[in-house]
Amino acid sequence: MKIALFGNPNTGKSSIFNLLTGLRQQVGNFPGVTVERKSGVFQIEDNKYTVTDFPGIYSIYPHSKDEEVVYKVITNPKNKDYPDLAIVVVDSSNLERNLLLFTQLQDLKIPLILVLNMGDIAAKKGIEIDLAALKSAFPSVELVSMNARIGLGKDRLIDAIQKHKFEKSSEMFLPGQFPLGMEDEEGQKEEANQRYHKINSLIQKIVKQKPEIEKYTSSKLDRILTHPVYGYLIFIGVLFVIFQFIFSLANYPMDWIELFFMKLSEWTSAALPSGILNKLLSQGLIPGIGGVTVFIPQIALLFFFIAILEESGYLSRVVFIMDKIMRPFGLNGKSIVPLMSGIACAIPGIMATRTIADWKERLITIIVTPLMSCSARIPVYTLLIALVIPKTYIGGFISLQGIVLFGLYALGLVAALGLSILLKLIIKQKKTGFLIMELPDLKNPRWGTIFKTVLEKVKIFVWDAGKVILAISIILWALASYGPQGSMEQKIKNAKASALFKESNKMDQANYIASAKLEGSYIGHLGKLIEPIIKPIGYDWKMGVSLLSSFAAREVFVGSLATIYAIHDDSASKQRLISRLKAAKNSEGKSAYTLASGCSLMVFYVFAMQCMATVAVVKRETNSWKWPLIQLFVMGTMAYLSAFLVFQILQ
Amino acid sequence: MTMKLSEMSAGSKVVIETICHPFLSSKLTEMGMLSGTELELLYKAPLGDPIAIRVKGFTVCLRLDEAKYIHVDSL
Repeated sequence: MKIALFGNPNTGKSSIFNLLTGLRQQVGNFPGVTVERKSGVFQIEDNKYTVTDFPGIYSIYPHSKDEEVVYKVITNPKNKDYPDLAIVVVDSSNLERNLLLFTQLQDLKIPLILVLNMGDIAAKKGIEIDLAALKSAFPSVELVSMNARIGLGKDRLIDAIQKHKFEKSSEMFLPGQFPLGMEDEEGQKEEANQRYHKINSLIQKIVKQKPEIEKYTSSKLDRILTHPVYGYLIFIGVLFVIFQFIFSLANYPMDWIELFFMKLSEWTSAALPSGILNKLLSQGLIPGIGGVTVFIPQIALLFFFIAILEESGYLSRVVFIMDKIMRPFGLNGKSIVPLMSGIACAIPGIMATRTIADWKERLITIIVTPLMSCSARIPVYTLLIALVIPKTYIGGFISLQGIVLFGLYALGLVAALGLSILLKLIIKQKKTGFLIMELPDLKNPRWGTIFKTVLEKVKIFVWDAGKVILAISIILWALASYGPQGSMEQKIKNAKASALFKESNKMDQANYIASAKLEGSYIGHLGKLIEPIIKPIGYDWKMGVSLLSSFAAREVFVGSLATIYAIHDDSASKQRLISRLKAAKNSEGKSAYTLASGCSLMVFYVFAMQCMATVAVVKRETNSWKWPLIQLFVMGTMAYLSAFLVFQILQ
Repeated sequence: MTMKLSEMSAGSKVVIETICHPFLSSKLTEMGMLSGTELELLYKAPLGDPIAIRVKGFTVCLRLDEAKYIHVDSL
């Protein structure tokens, strides 16, 4: 049997969904749109129920693309999501407004259960609801009072579901034509007016408002959180704490995961008989899975903090103070969270854009977020800076290298905002964006809900982005491990014949062979193939190979360079890598890593969309390949052109 | 005397007269803001925009671009 959950925003709908389904939840999209469709199953005795949590709405008539989903489902009994029974969750402290949606659903002749939630808050506000009067006003409806926040009333709800006779209301609450068309705004307004007049006269009998016991208190704290000085200071402080946690805490599990998969590869390689299966597992599949897993700590931590901000109601205050600042850029107050999280990792940022109701503002946020310099760029930046920027101090104490690093971050931010303005002018939209948002009362977050959000987001990442990352890393492994007939053998033979090789010790010899193999492989050939294209921006084929292989993830650039320059890639040999790169010559016999080519590479990494995981997530969040491909192209062009400029100017 | 909500200062208590924008008016009516509904302008964001209003026991924020369509009368 299909049960649907409806209600206004902030009525505790999701707590009830969690109470009913526990961890047996599935998160996906409604067909054709990127509106989250959460569904779950539960069983009472032998009956199986599927519950779907619909987006929070005030009325069945849609005012955004997301809300159209609800209208299309409930006005069409043939829709596969059309419910057999609907649970309408209402905020008891605000019955009048909540009843509008309820009476519309009743007039659609859907069997209903009315859940009166948040009775504790109503009591605090001196509101008393006469259940008998409510029942006599809506005789066909089952009433259940709950306090879902603390898990109270679950048994009563289950009981009501079980005993429900699927009775429908026999008469219309509001007689007349219903439902109206989606576009008939004038008619919808009139309908809402008439419904409220009827509801108002009912409410007189149902709700007793005693003089308020507790005055509305949220506003004092709100005034501080939205204060011109303290408001921003508090926000900066919150961000500072979050990033401290992410950069100090996430590193440990990330190191463990890397080490674990490295050991697992070694072990597999030793345990299995050598051959193609061994290689596929130990060099392709296991490192590939490791490459997906290593993202999890950062994504989980970021979502943990975003969920706390959201659950507590603080996030909507941030939106409130940031909206005016973000608007000239075609962004929304809500864009600040994705952009900020982009400094750690763009993936959770892009997944968090769902809260932006306006499609255009949301799309712009998705497109520009990967321009923020994420943590995967750090190893690339630090290597290149150490390589080409002199270790001097301006005025004796300001490090030039530090200024360059800061400059790269600033460049990313400026590019993100600049591109936003451009997109604002280009992307056309019929309806102008608006910000009508409830500021919910501030409250303590519930850890259970936060835990579930984190789990859900990590699951989405692993399944949706994970398979793309895995596929790309296996393709890259195959390209690097195999080459055209005889090509790798020839390179190895040449390497073994060189004087340098004969003088080296065993370990260095192994490194030389690895380097020769890479040169002879398909990816080595590809690198040479693209050399004419990357020459104007200052790169030789070796950098080309590293650029190509870092397409799975940016930080691979460093490891790939190490292999190609025949250095074993571990932290102890970073210094050796730098000195070897400094000595490296290009095909014309000049230094390969000069100030010009190094800076060109840095700028390239600021702009280029060198992250397949982000491409996969953008595809998921925009529901088409159109936008990720446009993004890939735009960022790639920006990267190439600016790298060209930088190289030509500095050369 | 009719005024625009966007021109009010923080702390003003007013009553809605009309909302003259088809899209906004259906949305806000559905949220319970009918002609004759009382509302209080609680506070404004640091740059004067958006604004937070208290209406029927809940708080909503609106941009000035939206608030200018809400015509109000003093209580």
